[in-house]
Amino acid sequence: MRPALARARFPLQLSAACGVLVLLALWSLALGKFPVTPSEVARALWSALSGGRSGLGENVDAVVLLVRAPRVGAALAVGAALAAAGASYQSLFKNPLVSPDILGVTAGCALGAGIAVLLALPIGAIQALAFAGGLVAVGLVVLVGTWVGGRDPLLTLVLTGVVVGSLFGAGIALVKYVADPYNQLPAITFWLLGSFSGASPADLGATLVPIAVGIVPLALLRWRIDALSLSEDEARSLGLPVGLLRLVVIVCATLATAASVALAGAIGWVGLVIPHAARLLAGAAFARVLPLSLVLGAAFMLAVDTLCRSAFATEIPPGVATAFVGTPAFIALLALAFRRSA
Amino acid sequence: MSLAARALAYGFRDRTVGRGVELAVAPGEVVCLLGPNGSGKTTLLRTLLGLLPALEGAVMLDGRPLGEWTARERATRLAYVPQAAESYFDFSVLEMVEMGRTAHRGVFSRPGARDLERSRAALERLAIAPLAERPIHRVSGGERSLTLIARALATEAKHILMDEPTASLDFGNQALVLEEIARLRGTGAAVLFSTHHPDHALRIADRVFMIRNGAIMSSGPTAGVVNSENLSALYGRAVEVASVASGQGTPRLVCVPSSGRQS
Repeated sequence: MRPALARARFPLQLSAACGVLVLLALWSLALGKFPVTPSEVARALWSALSGGRSGLGENVDAVVLLVRAPRVGAALAVGAALAAAGASYQSLFKNPLVSPDILGVTAGCALGAGIAVLLALPIGAIQALAFAGGLVAVGLVVLVGTWVGGRDPLLTLVLTGVVVGSLFGAGIALVKYVADPYNQLPAITFWLLGSFSGASPADLGATLVPIAVGIVPLALLRWRIDALSLSEDEARSLGLPVGLLRLVVIVCATLATAASVALAGAIGWVGLVIPHAARLLAGAAFARVLPLSLVLGAAFMLAVDTLCRSAFATEIPPGVATAFVGTPAFIALLALAFRRSA
Repeated sequence: MSLAARALAYGFRDRTVGRGVELAVAPGEVVCLLGPNGSGKTTLLRTLLGLLPALEGAVMLDGRPLGEWTARERATRLAYVPQAAESYFDFSVLEMVEMGRTAHRGVFSRPGARDLERSRAALERLAIAPLAERPIHRVSGGERSLTLIARALATEAKHILMDEPTASLDFGNQALVLEEIARLRGTGAAVLFSTHHPDHALRIADRVFMIRNGAIMSSGPTAGVVNSENLSALYGRAVEVASVASGQGTPRLVCVPSSGRQS
């Protein structure tokens, strides 16, 4: 797509994506064993927001607002957070092949959160340990990747991420091994697969705060991130405080990832695929990629979760479903990256 | 208004590349840095840009040591043009040039009307305005090089340092980029560029610095410095400088390696 066109089209694209998001949310809230029409959903939501009475049955209000809304909200928040984190990591590492899961950050967060679950800690502590695990993972990837060097930085970083991820995966296996097989193990296993079914309004509230704290600085800095994706010498000569800016971006993207993992487990691929979809639509500029990734990530995650809970006789974990979409997308990107460099 | 190195020792914390460098570039002149592989051209340029700290001596920018300027002040006075390497993301030519406005904008602010105007003016100056909306992956190497020079102009810096701006370009694109560098004199900018081709110095440089093993071997006006004797010593191989008649009237100088090793 021609960039001038991309720039002119962007407001329209973003509005259209937001429109799709709203429709998806209404559809998802209406869908389920207990039948509710989309107009009832709209009335229930409106009454909840305005403080009035919906005039619908208490059942309807309860199903929409207490059962389905937290789950929908969780899917939206996690999708947006993972997509934003992925877009940020890609710019930061100048590497279109990375994402929270490929860098091993998701595994680091999952290990931290898993330990917290093992110790039966509250949600705040699960988030804090997930964040710590994520920071350790991304720190290790940066250190090892820099130390190894190599002729192909794209591949070095991906391989380092895989190695660090598998190290943390071993840690997770250990957590499972020592977990109580009757109470904790099923919960940890289920949560690791990625699921929004357990999201309570309180959990969701506790998750939105760190996700916002992660995403808001990224959004504020969105006009600077492109220059950060140039070579370090270029970025510094343009007057950017490269070290500080990188640290801020890493911490923010990792925080958003950690909060997502603490809430919904290890859901992969969203952070890889969605930023590419956004770039395909809107061009490479981060100031367009970030907002579009947020909306598309939320919409994608919600669509996946809704299909996962309603399309089959039994629920399938959304983390499994995203892999079916993400794996072929990654292979396509890999082929593209190598043909370009060849 | 100048960029100058005074008794400069440069290199890395654990390895000094060169010392005793005296060098200055003034507004409106194009100066060439010549030297064989590994002579320290890139390291010197990075030190002059403030990307590496001076080990001894100082780099003076507009009368003050480089380190006393803030990063943003420096970025509006001193611009860097790297080799035209492939960028990872497919920005448009205009978006690439707009990044030159980074230091002129607030940390959280978007490019404004003035940024756009300056960026477009830079594109016009280098005669690549029609490419503004072209993705950077879909322009030629020469055009990418011109885009990076336009980005340097967009910074409004009066000192522009270029690290082998013609490297990896084909013959025609080298000529194109050299012509545009020569035309930068008209902006009043001080230009310092490095190259592996002494012919490029003969073509457009007012003055030349020859670097060998980190130190300045020879310097001065191009015609006086780029001669057979200096080039042979610089590259360790006999080189002749010959005059050829050109269609434009004045004869032009070209460098030709002699056959056989220098004794």
